[in-house]
Amino acid sequence: MTNEQLIEQLTSANPDAVVKQGSQYPEITVAHDKLHAFMQNIKSDSSLAFDYLVCETGVDYPTFIQVVYHLESTAHRHFMVVKANTENRETATLDTVADIWPTAEFHECEIYDLLGIRFNNHPNLRRYFLDDTWGHPLRKDFHDDIHVVER
Amino acid sequence: MAEFSEKYIVTDEIKADEYLVNIGPQHPSTHGVLRLLTRLEGEIVHNVEPHIGYIHSGIEKMTEALSYPQIVHLTDRMDYLSAHMNNEAVCLCVENALQVEVPERVKYIRTIFDELQRLASHQLWWCASGMDLGALTAFFYGLRDREDILDIFEETCGARLTLNYSVPGGVMFDIHPNFQKSVKAFITKFRKKLPEYDKLLTDNIIFQNRTKGVGVLSKEDAIAFGVTGPTGRASGFSCDVRKHHPYSAYPYIKFDEKMGTDGDSFMRWKVRMDEMWESMNIIEQLIDNIPEGDFAVKMKGVIKLPEGEFYQRVESARGEFGVYIVSDGKKNPYRVKFRSPGFSNLFTINHIAKGWKIADLVAIMATFDLVIPDIDR
Repeated sequence: MTNEQLIEQLTSANPDAVVKQGSQYPEITVAHDKLHAFMQNIKSDSSLAFDYLVCETGVDYPTFIQVVYHLESTAHRHFMVVKANTENRETATLDTVADIWPTAEFHECEIYDLLGIRFNNHPNLRRYFLDDTWGHPLRKDFHDDIHVVER
Repeated sequence: MAEFSEKYIVTDEIKADEYLVNIGPQHPSTHGVLRLLTRLEGEIVHNVEPHIGYIHSGIEKMTEALSYPQIVHLTDRMDYLSAHMNNEAVCLCVENALQVEVPERVKYIRTIFDELQRLASHQLWWCASGMDLGALTAFFYGLRDREDILDIFEETCGARLTLNYSVPGGVMFDIHPNFQKSVKAFITKFRKKLPEYDKLLTDNIIFQNRTKGVGVLSKEDAIAFGVTGPTGRASGFSCDVRKHHPYSAYPYIKFDEKMGTDGDSFMRWKVRMDEMWESMNIIEQLIDNIPEGDFAVKMKGVIKLPEGEFYQRVESARGEFGVYIVSDGKKNPYRVKFRSPGFSNLFTINHIAKGWKIADLVAIMATFDLVIPDIDR
């Protein structure tokens, strides 16, 4: 499926989501309460068949944290970016997609460690890199007086 | 012959006849500082929980304070065996964002370096995994031949391991006048040496018994767990970025994506051995045809990316390496994420090592070809 066809199909199937052509790939922003159902749908729909979660990561913005999913279909070879924003930064939570793509389990642990997003229904949410004395370093308001020297 | 035990039950409580063994973080077969918390009954593995982060260096956080040419220098500290591919990924990402077209000469040079780097990485993997399985001789053979490639790197760019040869807009210097001659001499020599590798290990009956049928990863699981590179291809998952999303000079050349079907340790081994032959074919197609021209285009002193998000994927020696840059138009990125192949590959271990003996866990680890700084970043 070409990017245009992909955008067309996603727009008609999800009227309340924001679909646009990004710099390279189609991008869709999904509401956080509809994320899990949407993800399940794009994996099981045979015309989309996004079965390979390439990358999952988070970006910290002033009022919310965004989780970005890069998805590819191994059957059709099309590529898409899905974004979901948390409601706020203080109690950032999102539904897990580890039951849809097993690799998400580990990427979500990393996101929880570095950005502090809690994932609902995650099988084993633990910190991978840092211990509990640390905050969440990839947040923009993270300050570490000992290790970081401000210029 | 390795035997698979059906009788494993995974429960959260540790049973009376189970015990916990820490493998690592300072164990040679973990190839760096990786800790595997294994739950065993006798010799049989019930559960493996990888614990990482011992050499987490916060590269993604550091990039937020650095300019784009500086970021390139950090990337080869991650997967130091695929240093050039990692450098190239950031350069391609910046070039695509700025819509800069690099000269043809640069594309050819980068591709030849990619394949030389892949050869060097696979040589080190070959000799180190031989050592994991108890064949110490392999280590000397592999390092001896790898030295030739490192000498070629040193001749052109002065560095042997962390190359930093790619810069946004091209490469740092032109190739050394001897470059083509040395590469051709190396290929001629290594074509004679590679069959020795097969004689020493691949055809060895003890080695085959240790690896055939051990740690099978199905194609469906490979896709679901995001396992890429030779490890994923051994399971039949066609995931070669060079084929599906060609970059640099890969669109101009003919090469095969080496695939396996069984997904066992021996097949992972075989795919990497075949890739070494294929890398030499790729280099031979390019080495005599390097076009004349500039080795870099002039870039602005301060590189500022337009506002937006950019994702670039390349095939490193271990699998798909991705760079995701979020830019807000300043000279520093807003957020950089490195999608490292080792991270996704590592966490499959628990899934496929269950029910095998602890010695088979080492064989599985060896054929996964993990580089820990790549996982920890």
